[in-house]
Amino acid sequence: MSALLLAAAAEEEEHNPLIPEWPEIVLALVVLGILFLLVRKFVVPAFEKAYAERTAAIEGGIEDAQQAQKEAQAALEKYTAQLAEARHEAAQIREEAKEQGAQIIVELRAQAQAEAERITSTAHAQVEAERSQVLAQLKSEVGSLATDLAGRIVGESLEDEARQKRTVERFIAELEGSAN
Amino acid sequence: MTLASTLAAASGPPEPGPGSFLLPPAFSIGGWEVNKPEIFLTLSAVIAFGLVYAMARKSAVVPSRLQFAGELVYDFVRNGIARDNIGSKDYAKYVPYLFSVFLFVLINNFYGVFPGIQFPSMSKFAFPVALALVTWLIYNIAGIAQHGVFGYLKHQTVPAGAKGPILIALVPLEFLSNIIVRPFTLALRLFATMFAGHLLILLFSLGAAYLVTDYANSAVGIPAGILSFVIGIGVSFLDMLIMFLQAYVFTLLTAMYIGTAISDEH
Repeated sequence: MSALLLAAAAEEEEHNPLIPEWPEIVLALVVLGILFLLVRKFVVPAFEKAYAERTAAIEGGIEDAQQAQKEAQAALEKYTAQLAEARHEAAQIREEAKEQGAQIIVELRAQAQAEAERITSTAHAQVEAERSQVLAQLKSEVGSLATDLAGRIVGESLEDEARQKRTVERFIAELEGSAN
Repeated sequence: MTLASTLAAASGPPEPGPGSFLLPPAFSIGGWEVNKPEIFLTLSAVIAFGLVYAMARKSAVVPSRLQFAGELVYDFVRNGIARDNIGSKDYAKYVPYLFSVFLFVLINNFYGVFPGIQFPSMSKFAFPVALALVTWLIYNIAGIAQHGVFGYLKHQTVPAGAKGPILIALVPLEFLSNIIVRPFTLALRLFATMFAGHLLILLFSLGAAYLVTDYANSAVGIPAGILSFVIGIGVSFLDMLIMFLQAYVFTLLTAMYIGTAISDEH
């Protein structure tokens, strides 16, 4: 008992807690080194991967939302542009229709005018023709009538063609001379 | 402790001291006697990796509870310690080491209150010394890689704005504090807090046992023993806070040393 105590005492006497034992330093270095290598190889990359994926997921979500918003904006702009174009086109069509209408009216008016003129001139020509025809007919009828009348009055038949003709012509010439 | 006092201690009250940290070897391999702290130190790396690997393995976008817990710790080191002190440009490179050191120190510290282990590995001076050595190497190498040997020395020893003869006093002081003393304070701080914490718990728990068994007949023996035990529990909780704080402080200082070593402004 006392020998054991003595040995323990001697050991305690020797032991200074501030003197590190080098094999323990080496042990700690080796253990820490292995832990470090394992942590660096397996643990830190796994945590960082989770972080990166999370960041990517969040950023991706934001990006998607931004993309969607941009697309919606583009669609709206496109539709607005189309609407404006359609309005413009409609206005243009209306304008053209108006113009065309006006033109048609002008054309029709001109056409009607021409037609009227044509009809008028045709009527004039016809009237003129009829008049001259009537005049010619009248001339010959007046001749024979006058001859008949003169024959009855004179009592002799002016059957002699040449005379008859001469007489009539003279009469007409006289008439014309008196008219003048 | 003299021989006489040791003999007296055999019958007198327990006197936990440096000798209490000298644990008998559990087994020996080729002449090297392997003791409990060494076994548990090795085990701590297995525990640390096992835990964080299980937490990180799936790396899901929507984390499970386990992954969420792991991310809480990882975030604490990555953003709270590394990024804030090293800067968002360079911190990523140092996160694996800082995370490893934080887990390693934390688990080895909490061994001090873990039932069945109850021995903080970091109260063996060799372990904090090893960690401080690695930290010292990392921040100095990082600084030299960033500024070159002389640029780095100037960066660490000439304070911003200092000119003229004052430098004669400042340069050796800055060199001492930034290059020489840092690893010692780093190792000592961790070691001493764990050592003292363990000693306090030992004192109150052994004292409680001694008072209750050896002074059971006296009027004050059992109440004093119970009081000692209760104080021991209180001290254990305080010690747990310190265990966490020391793991945090060690990692934080490592990050700060790296941050100042590679910083551009001066």
